[in-house]
Amino acid sequence: MKMRALLLARAAAFAALLGVAAQPVFADARSSAKSQVDFGIKVAQNGLWKEAVYRWEKAAEADPTYAAAWNNLGIGYEHEGRFEDARKAYEKAVALDPKNVLIRQNYDLFKEINDRAKRRNDR
Amino acid sequence: MTARSAATIASLVLLTLTSACTNFFEVPIETPLSPKMDVTAFRRVLVAGFISGGTDDVDANLETVRLLRSQLRTKSGLRVIEADVLPLAELAADKAKASAATPAAAATPAAATDNNGGLPKVATDVQTAAPPGPAAPASQQPPAQQPTAAAPATPAAPATGPEKIRSAKDLEKYQSIFSDVAFWKKIGEEYENPLIVTGTILFTPLQTAGFITRNVEQYDNLGRRTVVPQRLYMERKGFAIAPKFIFIDGRTGATLHTESTREEVLYNAQQNTPALSSYFELMDKVIPMFLGTLSTQKIRGTRVLLR
Repeated sequence: MKMRALLLARAAAFAALLGVAAQPVFADARSSAKSQVDFGIKVAQNGLWKEAVYRWEKAAEADPTYAAAWNNLGIGYEHEGRFEDARKAYEKAVALDPKNVLIRQNYDLFKEINDRAKRRNDR
Repeated sequence: MTARSAATIASLVLLTLTSACTNFFEVPIETPLSPKMDVTAFRRVLVAGFISGGTDDVDANLETVRLLRSQLRTKSGLRVIEADVLPLAELAADKAKASAATPAAAATPAAATDNNGGLPKVATDVQTAAPPGPAAPASQQPPAQQPTAAAPATPAAPATGPEKIRSAKDLEKYQSIFSDVAFWKKIGEEYENPLIVTGTILFTPLQTAGFITRNVEQYDNLGRRTVVPQRLYMERKGFAIAPKFIFIDGRTGATLHTESTREEVLYNAQQNTPALSSYFELMDKVIPMFLGTLSTQKIRGTRVLLR
């Protein structure tokens, strides 16, 4: 009984240790992604969309769970005319943050244009 | 008073907080739509001319050529060839007449275009046509005559023009010229193998009468304004435009792409709008579709960037 309690305590301690150790790693990934996203926003606002896309790609690579990075990447790809990449990026953003109205709105606007482009090509 | 100040302070605080930690930025974007046609093989474009009809108030052939050339000059990467406008309807009629006069000519190599089968039919129609159509200026004749060299010479051809085109049915008789590969190839050779833009334009007057729904302002006894939908019987007139753009490869004479649409505009029957301004109003709606076939179009919108 004592042995079992000891094992449990050990496991809990190990898990806690792992959590503590991992936290800075995730935090680092997110903060690095955030700085890339922020820089991307700045350059996009100045019309440098290629640079912005590069930054957001880096951000999404650093933290693939960062919905904002995928959303911005979708916008960047859309601006570049890379509709298939944009669709994938938006879908990832929606999957990561399904309740975000702004992401959903961007995706809906993109879908409208994408459908129009498809209809044009099909005609 | 205290409540009002509290509300003002609260809204100020909220505003400050919102601006301090803004997590989204609205940005304008331009989404490019790729052209329907791949025109990378061409560096030059020739807007050759159109078979037009519907009304005599506007020379739709000339106006359309001018408009498309100016649009292509500014909104496409292609170099626009400045050449005389082809009077296509007359050319089609002349060709038809020539082939009808010498039925055996259809078998000769000069006129050996398999798709030329429709032309004899035009000939019979044209020969019965009483009023001569608007003749092209003399300055337009030389380039126009050159391509017809593919068909046997017809010295008497310019004497009678094509019959007036009033409907889509009238236009059908001239369609065969667009599939005359030899004819377009010859024009292509003349202008160093450009992309050729041609087609048909039907610009017709419209007159309708019926019920329409419009919002009308109403004021009650207390002077309160309300807007209510009201059905009104109205007589309206206007114009309809039905262009068909045909894109031909100047190297082979083959049709690469065809694009057609229809737009109309209606005004109050009392309003006197000149046909030419209606024409431009309608072409404003058509031009984006035309340009979208040849060059990248950009759709402006806004998106929200997130942090």
